[in-house]
Amino acid sequence: MADKEVKLMKGNEVIAHAAVRCGCDGYFGYPITPQSEVMETLMELEPWKTTGMVVLQAESEVSSINMVYGGAATGKKVMTSSSSPGVSLMSEGLSYIAASELPCLVVNCQRGGPGLGTIQPSQGDYFQACKGGGHGDYHLIVLAPASVQEMHDFVGLGFDLAFKYRNPAMILADGAIGQMMEKVVLAPQQPRRTQEELLAQCGKWATTGKGERKEQNICTSLELQSELMEKINERMQAKYREIEQNEARWEEIECEDADYIIVAFGSSARICSATVEMARKEGLKVGLLRPITLYPFPTKPIEALAERGVKGFLSVELNAGQMVEDVRLAVEGKAPVKHYGRMGGMMFNPQDVLDELKDKLVK
Amino acid sequence: MKETIIIAGFGGQGVLSMGKILAYSGVMQDFEVTWMPSYGPEMRGGTANVTVVLSDSRISSPIASEFDSAIILNQQSLDKFESKVKPGGILIYDTNGITHAPTRTDISIYTIDAAAECARLGNAKMFNTMILGGYLKVKPVVKMENVMEGLKKSLPERAWKLLPQNEEAIRHGGEIIKQVR
Repeated sequence: MADKEVKLMKGNEVIAHAAVRCGCDGYFGYPITPQSEVMETLMELEPWKTTGMVVLQAESEVSSINMVYGGAATGKKVMTSSSSPGVSLMSEGLSYIAASELPCLVVNCQRGGPGLGTIQPSQGDYFQACKGGGHGDYHLIVLAPASVQEMHDFVGLGFDLAFKYRNPAMILADGAIGQMMEKVVLAPQQPRRTQEELLAQCGKWATTGKGERKEQNICTSLELQSELMEKINERMQAKYREIEQNEARWEEIECEDADYIIVAFGSSARICSATVEMARKEGLKVGLLRPITLYPFPTKPIEALAERGVKGFLSVELNAGQMVEDVRLAVEGKAPVKHYGRMGGMMFNPQDVLDELKDKLVK
Repeated sequence: MKETIIIAGFGGQGVLSMGKILAYSGVMQDFEVTWMPSYGPEMRGGTANVTVVLSDSRISSPIASEFDSAIILNQQSLDKFESKVKPGGILIYDTNGITHAPTRTDISIYTIDAAAECARLGNAKMFNTMILGGYLKVKPVVKMENVMEGLKKSLPERAWKLLPQNEEAIRHGGEIIKQVR
């Protein structure tokens, strides 16, 4: 083995390592299966002794997201993590953070719902993550990791995008990616930003004390004059159009000559990549389009495949059919779009997906 | 090379840690590796299983429709996974508590009486490494030196004093495994 820092780790453990290494200033969380290893690992790493990063167990998810809100308002690199029911509790806070145009990172290691549901893997929070969750016209930037390495990489990426657009970012993982162990290469340790660096990056808006500024910086989501609130909305919407224009990310596997396209993200995409291998062995030209960002959704490549004459799309998700709506919007009636899913914490295997694909699309 | 293994039994039998040793051994051999556990309530007294994939190229799915090898440690797991072994694959099981033996004729079947052997030796803690030794005898997918390195990696430093015992258990497992057909 080379000296490269290759480790075997669970996805949840890697989130903790990546947070410390990217110079995160603070983590505020509350335990819930299947993501509890995030805070457990942070407590083992004791980063307050090395980088000075704060790790705090709050008394509830409502508290942890509001601690994140407060930390974000001071320009700090702050995050939380939870699983589905806990993220529901955070939804009000996320809407406030988005409306206050503050950067932060939230990890949702999804489990089967609705309600308390199960603790097994699910992708039932696609709507919640991409279409709202909280109230009002806002978006989270949503990243969907499909490997333990991406769990690592998306912590840094999530923070970068959050600061670039002053908008909360979410890593939408699930119990399978969180609990699975794979090889991962850890990034070198970055120092936390100094206060000077923070002021250079965030001084125009962060509440760091008035100092020599002429005006105070105020972070708030409240604006009682409707005329002004509409202006704020318009500014946010312009930002979302910019994000949609610049930040869509996806991976195409064997799409070039494919007659049928599977669209799947996260752990489902991993399973479906094996389906593609099996289908190709049978001579069936199947490709996989894997959205890496769920918001912004990779509409253009799907549209292009539909225009090229793909015979059908199958949206494969661990839910009752959520992303399929965005696939249909992208395809715009140019080809049939079907959905296959399992719910409540049940998973499909590569053969199940192949059987469904044949049943629903291949005539 | 690609080997997809399911290890299944009761929670507490060392199913997940056996998979972890195998996964670490694969890392030592520079393989790509996935370790996908059942988790949660299944760990508390019920059944537990883990899928380990070792491959010399990128691993697509960590979840499999069928397995090259199955290591089975109780009747429920045998009932669940016997049909999921690929034709020509192998199934290894400990006869302890098995009332209905596997019936397939298109796979290789082995028994390893590790539970009984551990009881005889008075050391139940070596159960899972003994089973692992049996598997590695039948299917030497990783070199023994890498298994020992993997074992060391998967144990906390305070348990390293047990390494020689585990090494002996792995070796002994290779001796007591028997081919049924």
